[in-house]
Amino acid sequence: MREVLEKYKTVVESEVNYWFKVGKATDFPENSGACIKYNTKQIAVYNFARTGKWYATQNLCPHKMEMVLSLGMIGDREGIPKVACPMHKKNFSLEDGSNLAGEDLKIATYPVKIKGGNVYIGFLD
Amino acid sequence: METVIIVGNGMVGYKFCEKFVAKSKSKDFKIIVFGEEPRPAYDRVHLSEFFENQDAKALEMASAEWYSENRIDLIVDEKVSEIHRLSKTITTAKNRVLSYDYLVLATGSSAFVPPIKGVEKEGVFVYRTIEDLEGMLGYAAKLKAEKPNAKAAVLGGGLLGLEAGKAVMDMGLEPHIVEFASKLMPRQLDARSSQVLQLKLESLGLNIHLNKATNQILGNGSIVGMEFGADDILNIDMLVISAGIRPRDELGKTAGLEMGVRGGIVVNNKMQTSDENIFAIGEVALYNQMIYGLVAPGYDMAGVAVHQIIGKAESIMPEEIDMSTKLKLIGVDVASFGEPFMPASKGYSIIFENKTQHLYKRINVSHDGKKLLGGILVGDASDYNMLHQVYLNGMAIPEDPSQLILPASEAGSSFGSVLDLPDTAQVCSCESISKGDICSSITEDGCNNLGDVIAKTKAATGCGGCKPMVSDLVNETLKSLGKEVKETICEHFDYNRQELYDLVKVSKVSDYQETLNTYGKGHGCEICKPLVASIFATVTMETPNRQPTIQDTNDRFLANIQRNGTYSVVPRVAAGEITPDQLIVIGEVAKKYDLYTKITGGQRIDLFGAQVHELPLIWKELIAAGFESGHAYGKSLRTVKSCVGSTWCRFGMHESVTFAIEIENRYRGLRSPHKLKGGVSGCIRECAEARGKDFGLIAVDGGWNLYVCGNGGATPKHAVLLAEQLDDEKVVKYIDRFLMFYIRTAGPLVRTAPWLDKLDGGIDYLKQVLIEDSLGIAEDLETEMQGLVNRYECEWKQAIENEEVMKRFKHFINSDDTDDNIKFVKMRGQKKPEAWV
Repeated sequence: MREVLEKYKTVVESEVNYWFKVGKATDFPENSGACIKYNTKQIAVYNFARTGKWYATQNLCPHKMEMVLSLGMIGDREGIPKVACPMHKKNFSLEDGSNLAGEDLKIATYPVKIKGGNVYIGFLD
Repeated sequence: METVIIVGNGMVGYKFCEKFVAKSKSKDFKIIVFGEEPRPAYDRVHLSEFFENQDAKALEMASAEWYSENRIDLIVDEKVSEIHRLSKTITTAKNRVLSYDYLVLATGSSAFVPPIKGVEKEGVFVYRTIEDLEGMLGYAAKLKAEKPNAKAAVLGGGLLGLEAGKAVMDMGLEPHIVEFASKLMPRQLDARSSQVLQLKLESLGLNIHLNKATNQILGNGSIVGMEFGADDILNIDMLVISAGIRPRDELGKTAGLEMGVRGGIVVNNKMQTSDENIFAIGEVALYNQMIYGLVAPGYDMAGVAVHQIIGKAESIMPEEIDMSTKLKLIGVDVASFGEPFMPASKGYSIIFENKTQHLYKRINVSHDGKKLLGGILVGDASDYNMLHQVYLNGMAIPEDPSQLILPASEAGSSFGSVLDLPDTAQVCSCESISKGDICSSITEDGCNNLGDVIAKTKAATGCGGCKPMVSDLVNETLKSLGKEVKETICEHFDYNRQELYDLVKVSKVSDYQETLNTYGKGHGCEICKPLVASIFATVTMETPNRQPTIQDTNDRFLANIQRNGTYSVVPRVAAGEITPDQLIVIGEVAKKYDLYTKITGGQRIDLFGAQVHELPLIWKELIAAGFESGHAYGKSLRTVKSCVGSTWCRFGMHESVTFAIEIENRYRGLRSPHKLKGGVSGCIRECAEARGKDFGLIAVDGGWNLYVCGNGGATPKHAVLLAEQLDDEKVVKYIDRFLMFYIRTAGPLVRTAPWLDKLDGGIDYLKQVLIEDSLGIAEDLETEMQGLVNRYECEWKQAIENEEVMKRFKHFINSDDTDDNIKFVKMRGQKKPEAWV
């Protein structure tokens, strides 16, 4: 199952080759995550309405390899926006995907843009 | 710049690097580490955990990046083959030559394989490295495919042998332990404690064979058995040898360093070998004629060697090395400290033994009864930290020393305050942090809570065993400074749960976001969100359907999320009474959606393995057949368990089922700080286990006895008597008051038993409030509860009737596909999730 993890690599906005439309902004619950599918990838998209920002990460929690991060509660830790995995409450930064307890776990992040009321996620391919 | 070469990248070798980086601020040293294993140092002590997840990375002491970030050259998979002391160089197996100024040998030890005839056969392993384990796993998988009830033996009943026993048990093989001595863990335990441990391990399924000297290993090519005597044979399919260790001292020998008679490289108290530029630490070092096979002395040796090399000559190894140890073997606490076996000439022993609970505690005290000299704990080592400190610091002990080990009385612990420890007392032995370090981080450095102290001092960041003591020290120190130790919810709210409950109730804020804006700061988290949800559930009796995004996943999807991200479904079966027709419906639904079914401990049926989109479909069918949510997913009332009572039972005094149904239906859907369970027994035989519940009723002559604040689980506790011989109406009144008072005042995730423990005045105070109405709130509590009862509605019915809510039950926002990551395998005719990687 490790190979599933290999699918997810952080994409930075400047390198995006393809913006994939995942739906209307209003489809996404406020201050919460939701899951979208892109080819064989599962991406968690977070509508952080309190700050008006959007984030996207892999849906897979690298701790026990379960597709659950979009179900996690979001919020902040000392100002850093984060998601808490619903399984064992591992906290990840939504900004850079790092584990906030300093554990050796990291999740891939993806750029999000909102255009014409639609939500787009950026990918390399 | 001077070069330090470390030979060996095990736990002690790694610790040397860690301490070196922390101590030598200057850039005067170049550090090169050689490891012969293919990966960086890992936690060998917890090797058996590898079987649970087969995640070698999780065991790593530090990642490869850590070494490079700290400018350490880590070279794995390359053995150092020779030392040339004259030229101060080493040669590696790949024929590289490097020169050193200081050489540190941390080559550790290897498993000792006794010269028994047949040890070379296939299926015989040693237990030492991850590669050994991978070999065992592969062999075990092959065995099980051919033979479902294959057996494996471990040769050696010491500490490592028992760990290996757990490993083979986890592999699904029938585990056997074969020990040469007459008892398990002969080095650490006396005969009686060893027997208590043996009984406990046997009850867990280990087969133990003592007094067995193995003559030969049987089999033609691969192992089929062990022969002890002519007619004494144990048939097994695999053998793991764990019969002790031998120092890996080859390099010392060939380099002409002074060696011990039975191996090991001789070192002085500076950890120097007979060559002053070569150090030896850990299990390869022979200090005071001894090899120390524990990790803590190895870490201390690493610290001394670091100090010596960076020029702090005063740091030396103490004459006497503390061999105290505490560990969990197959889930059983075992600890020994100081002098565990003591001859009568030196003092007296006080022994407490309870074989029914697999408990053994022994302390050895001096003849004058004033000093603790050592001891052994099996089954419960929760007092180890304190006893160990008392021993190490020579602290005074109670006049009646038996109080140190007898089960805690009402009066509380006999240890006194943690603040009585001397400042030099070492609290965290992994990181060498003393009580003084911890206290001064608060008094001098301005730390204000446990998190700050841990971040500042690094205490409790190793094995974590000292965390309860660190936490006590922090709280006591803060109190002694007159600082309030306030339990706030999280960084977003400076209130405790009770304060926020009152604020929400009085101010009528409408939802979580408004509560956060009004009373909190920041953007919330997974601690305050469900807590506020629980408060709203009580104050406005709203179901989780109104504010779904602040609920725990379970409440958001009205089902219990399970191992592979699928859910389980539990319909309410009040008091466990169910008709044949209802049983058939549950059976049909389970069959239709291919769900794993199991009877729960709360007298109902759990259906596992549903995917999120199937939940509404399943519930539509269940609701059509008259079922409703069982709230198994919520911090809420679960079940009221009952026995059949006087309806059927010839001993029954009252109709316990009827009353249990009434009570369960009254409080169904009630949200609380933690889950709630009830029980009703029809007579004092107590078949419903009512005293193991948050509230329990037992039928007696003249009515019901009401017990409160019990639970099973990790810290089992019997409920205590609140009132006797009550009629039905009084029972309901008192439970109303009790539950409402608990819901208002308890902290988050605190069950009724610990809530009562912390309540000033305990059960007597509770009786005053609930029965004598000392606070004048009894009527208020009843009215509030009646309001909640009146507003109950099934949240699943609410969900399937509302299209907005139904949108939630979908894995993807942009596709109707389901999660293809979910995989099941078969087990005993049903499905189960595929194991974690």
